[in-house]
Amino acid sequence: MLGKLTLSAIPLDQPVPLVAGAVVALIVLGVIAWVVIAGHLPYLWREWITSVDHKRIGAMYCILALVMLIRGFSDAILMRSQHAVAYKAGGYLPPEHYDQIFSAHGVIMIFFGAMPFMIGLMNFAVPLQLGVRDVAFPTLNSVSFWLTASGALLVNVSLVVGEFARTGWWPAPPLSEVTYSPGVGVDYYLWAIQISGVGTLLSGVNLVTTILKMRAPGMSYLRMPMFCWTALASNLLIIAAFPILTATLAMLILDRYLGFHFFTDSHGGNSMMFMNLFWAWGHPEVYILALPAYGVFSEVISTFSGKPLFAYRSMVMATMAIFILSFMVWLHHFFTMGPGGDVNGVFAITSMIIAVPTGVKIFDWLFTMYGGRVRLTTAMLWSLGFMVTFVVGGATGVLLAIPPADFVLHNSMFLVAHFHNVMVSAVLFGAFAGYTYWFPKAFGFRLDEWWGKAAFWFGITGFVIVFGCFYWLGLLGMTRRMQHYDVADWRPWILISAFGVVVMFVGLVCQVVQLVVSIRRRDSLRDVTGDPWDGRSLEWATASPPPVFNFAALPEVHGEEAYWAIKSRAREQMRLREEPAYEPIEMPLNSPTGFICAFFSTLIGFAMIWYIWWLAAAGFLGAFVTFVVFAWRDTVEYEIPASEVAKVNRANRSTRLEALHGAGQRRAA
Amino acid sequence: MLPLLCGCQQHNILDAKGPVGAAEANILIIATIIMLAIIVPTMIATVVFALWYREANPRARYRPDWAFSGRIELVVWSVPLLTITFLGAIAWIGAHRLDPATPLDSDKKPLEVQVVSLDWKWLFLYPEAGVASVNELVVPAATPVRFRLTSSSVWNSFFVPKLGSMIYTMRGMVTTLNLMADQEGELRGLSTHFSGDGFSDMHFPVRAVSDAAFADWVKGAQGSGATLDRASYAELAKPGTLDAPRSFGSIEPGLFDGIVAQTVPPGPGPGGSGVEGVRPKGGS
Repeated sequence: MLGKLTLSAIPLDQPVPLVAGAVVALIVLGVIAWVVIAGHLPYLWREWITSVDHKRIGAMYCILALVMLIRGFSDAILMRSQHAVAYKAGGYLPPEHYDQIFSAHGVIMIFFGAMPFMIGLMNFAVPLQLGVRDVAFPTLNSVSFWLTASGALLVNVSLVVGEFARTGWWPAPPLSEVTYSPGVGVDYYLWAIQISGVGTLLSGVNLVTTILKMRAPGMSYLRMPMFCWTALASNLLIIAAFPILTATLAMLILDRYLGFHFFTDSHGGNSMMFMNLFWAWGHPEVYILALPAYGVFSEVISTFSGKPLFAYRSMVMATMAIFILSFMVWLHHFFTMGPGGDVNGVFAITSMIIAVPTGVKIFDWLFTMYGGRVRLTTAMLWSLGFMVTFVVGGATGVLLAIPPADFVLHNSMFLVAHFHNVMVSAVLFGAFAGYTYWFPKAFGFRLDEWWGKAAFWFGITGFVIVFGCFYWLGLLGMTRRMQHYDVADWRPWILISAFGVVVMFVGLVCQVVQLVVSIRRRDSLRDVTGDPWDGRSLEWATASPPPVFNFAALPEVHGEEAYWAIKSRAREQMRLREEPAYEPIEMPLNSPTGFICAFFSTLIGFAMIWYIWWLAAAGFLGAFVTFVVFAWRDTVEYEIPASEVAKVNRANRSTRLEALHGAGQRRAA
Repeated sequence: MLPLLCGCQQHNILDAKGPVGAAEANILIIATIIMLAIIVPTMIATVVFALWYREANPRARYRPDWAFSGRIELVVWSVPLLTITFLGAIAWIGAHRLDPATPLDSDKKPLEVQVVSLDWKWLFLYPEAGVASVNELVVPAATPVRFRLTSSSVWNSFFVPKLGSMIYTMRGMVTTLNLMADQEGELRGLSTHFSGDGFSDMHFPVRAVSDAAFADWVKGAQGSGATLDRASYAELAKPGTLDAPRSFGSIEPGLFDGIVAQTVPPGPGPGGSGVEGVRPKGGS
């Protein structure tokens, strides 16, 4: 009846995960109970869970990402503290538990921290920047989000029911084959990633369609804000790369469930093929994450320098060059498997070439600041912190791309330091920059600057300490994924890196405090004008938060920096544009399809993990019925009357006019 | 920093004890210096630009419309391109000269050592001498060693940090690695690819000894009597760790090739869910 699932799946003998899981479950249940008792459930259901508004979905992606980043960081704390005590001793985490932690850390940070954060920012900002009312397929967008959440849920269920993969964040065969990993851990990995991977692919299709087909009148490709360009490149990469991952993991599923031999090293199977396929997705994935972050930095640095982005067209070229090159470098992940001098040499060079467009971007950001009026806000600090630290990550990346250097550094702590250096510097700093930058647009009030800056300084200091030590440990020959060690030379650096993680933790606390403090002081942090940073692209033309339809009339775009042009004209003439002729607007109806689909997908995943075949079939049927019901719907849109549109828009216009005159008077004085 | 570079560290890859490691450390240092020459000025410029052009500085000239310069773009694309051209040449030459399969320059005939990664031990076979050792690698100093490597079950990676170049061990496949120790000494090797619960204990002493001492060691091993055949290999391949190195006085002919061809059954591997897995001892 319940497949492999028995009471023994709950690790009663392992207090650490059990207590952690119980605490998390209690918090979740507590929040749900509070929501129900306080009567917020109808509001949440109506305004958020079933929402197909790209702004709401974007915000939910970011909230999911923030929660998962904290979850992934708690794994990091466990690993650092284990290493601090595991010198010539077993430490407090036995290998079978420690191995799950480093696997979960990677999976959660990449798939459920970094990915949703970037997709959330793109979802939120891209339609606004393009001057349109929503993404191309609003309901599909909701499906994408909830499938991602479903994957995240499965990974976290593994904490208390069964176990997680003990193979690392990329489950390399033969270790991940059923012979060597007979438990449910790898299955949790596979089904969680398959389900969320479908969500990611759909989201990629959605955003690419939006960018290619739905821009405001006059917004040609070379007038799009840089963030839209990087979003385009990133989502094209998602469309090209994620099917590879899905197919590869499907083959591993066939190996494990039906005794196939794709990757088994016997009966014609070959484990190295997994390596090829996985990294054919895995390296583009790095740029799927990094490119939107580059876009965020482009927006932030330009806005807070009070200047257009330097060499915009050059930046577009660099972005698209990275997009193409990212598919040509995957083999550098296994220089040390003995491919030979020619193969290694070719992939060394292609890998290094990526540093050229990336270097161009760094220099162009530098010259964006040159001659500017730089405002050192929190978002700008994250961007500067990125520029200063990321060049080190880039340089060590080029270093690792030199095969003879990789022969002594591969799989070492140096490698760990390198990819954290690029991922944390680019993606995490980019995520925080974007979060601080667009938060007022999403919620109508700014985040507290003092706590934001504190979070930045603690965060970056801790980060430099931890990964500085890791670089050095790599040169001292320390390899990754060790549960304990007996080399005295490593110990001081491991202890210092543990201290660094404490500093990072303080940064995280500041980040959380910032949110709480800002919500409590929201009235004094209110963004009335909709343009708190003196922005340059169209999202700042809307009110904060924007109305559900974003723009009362689609803006006409006459050049790069669409909103800056509108604003400059208004400042010169001391008046706003003519009021548009208001027309009724049709917007898509909310739909629970995404939520219900994800519910059934979670059932399918859980059932497949535990071999509960009837439940998997029932889940599949449920998901299919949901799809049919959705496809059969009669009304798809509702109409917002012209008078309502006019009312909303006039409110925004009047605050802007006030701001314009206020600024005019200040200038005159 | 300098005292840390002394020769007392067992794994420091910058303090190599063989020609391969030395050449690799050399490339590592040269490439680092070249890149520091670019990234350090960039880092400084970032901070300087941000501070000089800060809003509160009245002396900085505001040029709100300055957004392109062909000359700067030329420099901006050329500098990374030239750097990468230079480093790319180093990488191309290095990838060939230091390819693990390339034999080393030496007057001496290379010693062949066959390596099998087990769960979680290292098996070294010396086909010429007909002896084998587990968890201890003994090689003559100043003699090139040609390793041929495979695995009994899951992937591992063989690495002696002070000698240079690591290489993967994979079931059903053979990789080749050429290394040499310059002088006699006690080194350490380890696995650098995660292979399951006992992975952290997969390190082993490497003894580079004089030719005479090596001959003595071979004799001692030959005298130990134990034979490494399919049965004792199967026993050895079971997951677990050893308390002390072992040696075998003779080897069943064709054993290594049988392991590679998988006519000798593969090791059972690190199976077993959760608590049933063999727990390695804490430290050693």
